Amino acid sequence: MEDIVMLDAIERYIRGEMLPEERVFFEQLRKTNAVVDQMVVEHTVLLNQLNKFGERKEYTHTLQDVHTLLFESGEIKKPAPAKILVLWKKYKRVIAVAACIAGITALSISGLIAYFTPKPNVSEIAQLRQELSKVKNIARQTEAAIDKFKNSPSIRPVAPGKFGGTGFLIDSRGFLATSAHVVSKADSVYVVNNKGEYFKASTIYLNDTTDIAVLKIQDDRFQGSRSLPYGIRKSSADLGEEIFTLGFPRNEIVYGKGYLSAYTGYNGDTMSYQIAISANPGNSGGPIFNQNGEVIGVLSGKQITVEGVVFSSKSKNIFRAVEEIKKDSTPNNAIKLSNSSLVKGLDRVEQLKKIEDCIFLVKSY
Amino acid sequence: MKTGTNEQDLLKGLANNDKLAVETIYKQHYNMVQTLIISNNGSPEDAKDIFQEAMIVLYEKAKSGVFELNCLLKTYLYSVCRRLWLKRLSQMQRTVAEVENMEDVVAVEEQLEWHEQQNADFHLMEKAMQSLGEPCRSLLEAYYLQKKSMVEIAGNFGYTNADNAKNQKYKCLMRLKKLFFDQYNNTQG
Repeated sequence: MEDIVMLDAIERYIRGEMLPEERVFFEQLRKTNAVVDQMVVEHTVLLNQLNKFGERKEYTHTLQDVHTLLFESGEIKKPAPAKILVLWKKYKRVIAVAACIAGITALSISGLIAYFTPKPNVSEIAQLRQELSKVKNIARQTEAAIDKFKNSPSIRPVAPGKFGGTGFLIDSRGFLATSAHVVSKADSVYVVNNKGEYFKASTIYLNDTTDIAVLKIQDDRFQGSRSLPYGIRKSSADLGEEIFTLGFPRNEIVYGKGYLSAYTGYNGDTMSYQIAISANPGNSGGPIFNQNGEVIGVLSGKQITVEGVVFSSKSKNIFRAVEEIKKDSTPNNAIKLSNSSLVKGLDRVEQLKKIEDCIFLVKSY
Repeated sequence: MKTGTNEQDLLKGLANNDKLAVETIYKQHYNMVQTLIISNNGSPEDAKDIFQEAMIVLYEKAKSGVFELNCLLKTYLYSVCRRLWLKRLSQMQRTVAEVENMEDVVAVEEQLEWHEQQNADFHLMEKAMQSLGEPCRSLLEAYYLQKKSMVEIAGNFGYTNADNAKNQKYKCLMRLKKLFFDQYNNTQG
């Protein structure tokens, strides 16, 4: 209760409502008692701020009122589109002629440009599928293959594949995404997991423009896990974001990291990003993860003429692919993409441990 | 030629919360500002925001009592709005080559810095009041802003008597004080 009385006194003091004797007494108290003095100072600031706050609130209301009022009475108005309409009527003819000339000029210029521009040299981009025959010692490979075939229960093709790339699960029931160019010329496709088990897969979607293909594992031996550790990002990634990938440039899974260097790909291609990461033949089709373990793209190729320029198809294209597939599949076996990553916040080693089982070597024959 | 005294009167009117003064200034200058904003990439809503903020700057200045207008009100408002709009544009990262000068401008940077400070104080108090919650907020507003008497407040808020209301008000004020100063002392560094 003491405090209430004190506060009351302070407020009366600030407002100047004290009687002269009381005031003298209070000022004396302020001088001798530092705590009281501090309270007065603080309270003055508070009341001052409170007052300003109230006044400004009030004033803002007034402004709103005046605005509405003047607006209704027509003293102020939005810039009238009517004026433009009048101008339009007046200059219709002139504008039409101008538009014609502009159109013709634009067409002829774009024609000229198209004529004179050097055609983009497609071979500048090395699609990073691996020509396995070049890399491997065929004889040894075949021998090893036969050996393994005898020993292992998994059914696998006898001949080594023509091309190799990387693929990753987008739905744990056995749907994988990879690059279109890895499987486009294939008669048959096999995917191999990190343990060396082969599974027969079929291509259910292929788009050369976005360089995305979707595979489905046909083998009954494949056991899908419950859910994928990573998610697939729907929105765009950011410049400079740290990224990493897992792929099969050799028969062994290989990790690489880098950053996103441009929002567009080769010659301003908006379907892809430019990234800086070490990529070798066989990395094609590998997932590009951001730090949180969300897939932001699918590695597709690199520019030979420039060092360190790698391209990745955007993850948006995976969503588009899945939409396309959905159109001709029954609702309950449609592919379900997950947005959320379960490895967010883990350190990289832990992330990789969880992710690596979902990355496959893709071999096409 | 507009007389200077006339505009000084308007400022005095502003300081005394005279609605007519607000109306007069609004009528005379709103369209000019609107043209400025719209011809520089803005919408009518932007124009309203910017003009009203400039009016707040003017109000704070008029209230402070130390403000002397040493140019035409029109020039002053135009300069403030132009500056505010440039800032807004850069915040929205809409790049604009240069807001063209359609009118004379005067330097207002310093005044706007001061205004920023006032703005910050206002938002601090607003936040404190908001986190205070009901019925404390209404109670304090009734007493300190609308200057109602304790007896009146006791009636409105359903307290049995003025003393009870006063007790409650005291508790609320202490809470507000804590909320406000926790933040305020941080910003004052």
